[in-house]
Amino acid sequence: MWEDLGPQLWPAFWVTIKLTFFSAIGATIWGTILAGMRVSPVPAMRVFGTWYVNIVRNTPLTLIILFLSLGLYQNMGLALAPNNANFTANNNFWLAVIGFIVYTATFVCETLRSGFNTVPLGQAEAARSLGLSFMQVFQLIVLPQAGRAVIAPMGSVLIALTKNTTIASIIGVGEAALLMKEQLELHSDQLILIFVIFAACFMVITLFEGAVFGYFAKRLAVKR
Amino acid sequence: MSAKSTSTVLYDAPGPKARVRNNIIALVFIVVLVALFVWVVTAFAANGQFDKEKLEPFVDTNYWGTYILPGLWGTFKAAVASIILAMIMGAFLGIGRLSDHRSVRWATGAIVEFFRAIPVLILIYFLYIVFGVYKVFTSDYIAFFAVVFGLTLYNGSVIAEILRSGINSLPQGQFEAAKALGLRKTQTMRLILLPQAVAAMLPALISQMVIALKDSALGYQIGYIEVVKSGIQAGNEWGNVIPSLIVVAIIMILINFGLSALASNIEKNLREGRKKKSIVDTPHALPEPGLMSKEVMETTHPDPKHKDLRQDYGD
Repeated sequence: MWEDLGPQLWPAFWVTIKLTFFSAIGATIWGTILAGMRVSPVPAMRVFGTWYVNIVRNTPLTLIILFLSLGLYQNMGLALAPNNANFTANNNFWLAVIGFIVYTATFVCETLRSGFNTVPLGQAEAARSLGLSFMQVFQLIVLPQAGRAVIAPMGSVLIALTKNTTIASIIGVGEAALLMKEQLELHSDQLILIFVIFAACFMVITLFEGAVFGYFAKRLAVKR
Repeated sequence: MSAKSTSTVLYDAPGPKARVRNNIIALVFIVVLVALFVWVVTAFAANGQFDKEKLEPFVDTNYWGTYILPGLWGTFKAAVASIILAMIMGAFLGIGRLSDHRSVRWATGAIVEFFRAIPVLILIYFLYIVFGVYKVFTSDYIAFFAVVFGLTLYNGSVIAEILRSGINSLPQGQFEAAKALGLRKTQTMRLILLPQAVAAMLPALISQMVIALKDSALGYQIGYIEVVKSGIQAGNEWGNVIPSLIVVAIIMILINFGLSALASNIEKNLREGRKKKSIVDTPHALPEPGLMSKEVMETTHPDPKHKDLRQDYGD
């Protein structure tokens, strides 16, 4: 069993890590923009932000990924990868990344918004009395303080994202969950061992993320 | 959401110049959104996804009766069964983590941390294959029980954590008063702590139900007939996969949004607590008002000690 699984284990988890990495970056950017929209002076943006979050966070992630694969690629023909031998694998990878960004950004937005409330009223009042515009208040005053206050819950969002990347197996992205499924079917005499190996690898990743974010949450906490 | 209700401390009430600028930004934003929407719709329409014969199934009773409704029932069955089992499991694990015996605390802690750290999907794959190989259930029920137990183990662990922080957030005086009355540990837990914690947990349990409804779609991957699977099957039968998935998405969003709104509403009532009815209470009673509190406080009287137990980070 190990001769078969061993060499494939790291490449599969490397795909999981890459999926998490790119999705996390995209979701942070898009989620921050959404949070900004939800408190912006432009009513149309506030309405859009609210609707986007309420719609997307209540949709099953499986449905979002499937919809992107069937709709974006198979129907609209939007290719996300260069046309070469690895086209299908690369295209599915980026489709999955888009799906995770679309979904996770709503949780980044909501977490960040809960962080806004840890910033004392006086901070924004002082900033406004200095003549700062909304964008300046948001970027220079609110976001840095709110961001530092929500590091721990952002760690929870990242852990959830890492676990959610397994859903990419639905469109055939060769990540850890897909490998585990194949291995369970091939070696049905060693089910528990295979499960324990994969569970342990996921635990290493998620507990590591939790530890790093926990450390920085303490380190960067805003003293009030 | 009306524009008026969101007075905020982040910007001044717009004057004439700012109003013009905001309107220009809004216009550009709306034009971009509409352009995106039109592009998507025309691309689908160009592929004939919105042709008449692809929309006709939606008024066909066969479409709903054979596919969508059984799928919806599958989703509900799995979510409700797993939440009920998860509450039982969560009660045992949550109380176990507060035990006076170190070994019990350690063992329950390890179980909770394990199931929270691994993806639900690999748990479901594993259970599915195990149930199949060892013939634990008849073949019709393998996928159902794999989904239910997978969701139970995960949600049970999360509910255990919610229960633990719910009990921990109760005032220390409750525990001390129970002790002073001579209640035993189990009596304290059963009569004093649990009833109060469960009331505070209600919004968290409802939002966990939403997570279970969404996660039951993971059953798609092991062939369990839930609403996404049935949407795809119906789509293949009538050749309208995209419209079918849109309909399934709308159904799921309406259900989950309704439940989330209910949870938020209960949460708001709990946060306002008894103070809501007091006319002498002043709205600006929070010791350190935050940025968003201004708009919150104008309408409500939040209890600063109240803790939101909902844990939704997108699992």
